[in-house]
Amino acid sequence: MSLLDVIGPVMVGPSSSHTAGACRLALLARHTLLSPPEQATLRLHGSFAKTGKGHGTHLALVAGLLGFFPDDARIPDAMKLAKNANLNVHIESKDLGDVHPNTVQIELKNSTEHVTVTGSSLGGGLVKVFKVDAFESNFSGSYHTLLIEHEDKPGVIARVARVIADDDVNIATLYCARRKRGGRALMTVEIDRRLAQYALDYLTQVPYIGWMRLLPEVMSGEGAAALEQLALEGNV
Amino acid sequence: MTLNELAEHPGLASLFVLQEEVMDDDNAKDALLEAMRSRLHEMRDSITRGLTSDKKSRTGMVGWNAKTLWESDDKLNAGLLKRVQAYAMAVNEENARMGKIVAAPTAGSAGTLPGALIGVADHLGLSDDALLMPLILSAGIGQIISKSMFIAGSTGGCQAEIGSSAAMAAAAVCELLGGHAKQSVHAATMALMNTIGLVCDPVGGYVEVPCVSRNAFYSVHAVSAAQLALAGLESVIPPDEVVSAMASVGRMLPPELRETGEGGIADTPTGRMIALKMVD
Repeated sequence: MSLLDVIGPVMVGPSSSHTAGACRLALLARHTLLSPPEQATLRLHGSFAKTGKGHGTHLALVAGLLGFFPDDARIPDAMKLAKNANLNVHIESKDLGDVHPNTVQIELKNSTEHVTVTGSSLGGGLVKVFKVDAFESNFSGSYHTLLIEHEDKPGVIARVARVIADDDVNIATLYCARRKRGGRALMTVEIDRRLAQYALDYLTQVPYIGWMRLLPEVMSGEGAAALEQLALEGNV
Repeated sequence: MTLNELAEHPGLASLFVLQEEVMDDDNAKDALLEAMRSRLHEMRDSITRGLTSDKKSRTGMVGWNAKTLWESDDKLNAGLLKRVQAYAMAVNEENARMGKIVAAPTAGSAGTLPGALIGVADHLGLSDDALLMPLILSAGIGQIISKSMFIAGSTGGCQAEIGSSAAMAAAAVCELLGGHAKQSVHAATMALMNTIGLVCDPVGGYVEVPCVSRNAFYSVHAVSAAQLALAGLESVIPPDEVVSAMASVGRMLPPELRETGEGGIADTPTGRMIALKMVD
């Protein structure tokens, strides 16, 4: 936890875990799609399910799906804005098992994409995503994050690491998970700065890679300034 | 870094915290100080809005407390007390009406630190510049506590949130008034020790009752802790052991008392009736 995580985030109330954290989880889920979601199913677990409504968790999650950061003054109007954006939201309670009390499973669809992201809000606005589709994952939104779905073959991880190194970018954390030996796998790579476009292009050339996403850092990227920056970078 | 180590630092505790965070990177240091300055500004903003607004929260349970107190007669002739309480509630009422605040360390406990720190500074006529390093120290205290437990009512009860915020505020006020590292850390420790066991029992699950008034109370609690430490009083139990004790109590708390809205004052006839009324 950095000093700015403790005194922060600057956020719309009322709860850092149930509002700001929820918004960030949804924002990360949103960015696992290339195009905006059209259908969202939010499955709330534990304290999220029990006290989510009172904390504006529903509003914050939908706001995140719309690409809003936790300090966005439009969060209270998220439901109405979702309708305008043709985002259809279904919210339900679900026991997700032995997980943190503030956990949500976010299933998103549009005409070409379908993803399910599961994560927890740990307190003070900190979050952790631990599942993407059926793969175990592990990232916090504190860094730019590469999600790379690939076939479990020798050398894929080394090649990805090589491309990142060639762009002089440092890997903060690396988490690899596979469905079964030689099957489909997911690499979660948290990196200290955003990769240059040429490096991203190179990555798409690495054999055995199915799909790849670069998620923005969502912890310090508070508000409109950060959103504008994302738009400038074309980082969706 | 542990609290015990921080207490042993010669000089100001905030300098040690700052050094640990940025090492010798001057750019990182400038960026951090600038960000903290901006957060201080946001805190002030939320106080100003909260003291002048009587707009009710979505549930209607809170929204006018800070303004009412601020405009009331000071019958105790205790300007500092009234100011600290009003500032703290101003922030948390802004929070409850989905206004913009700075979580410190959480949104539900966001009023304690600005209430105590900015309240004391305004009472004494100190400038915002003087608040910057105490703010860094308060963040450092929260950072150390967060290594022992998740700072969230749902994992540790209210003690984890308001206890942390009060500890952070106590250290900040202590340093603002000239306390050296040991005094500031012991101010934090005494504030934390006297918050252990506090449960998270929000009525209807909303961050309103008791959260708004609780921030007023624990803001004052933080100032009290600073006062004891500045006089040279110390916690008998070493700081890190107090944090461990708090974390251990948090693990003992049943789920009903951890932000589920199912125990404590949430589980009173009136509390339950309010919760029922608020469904849709």
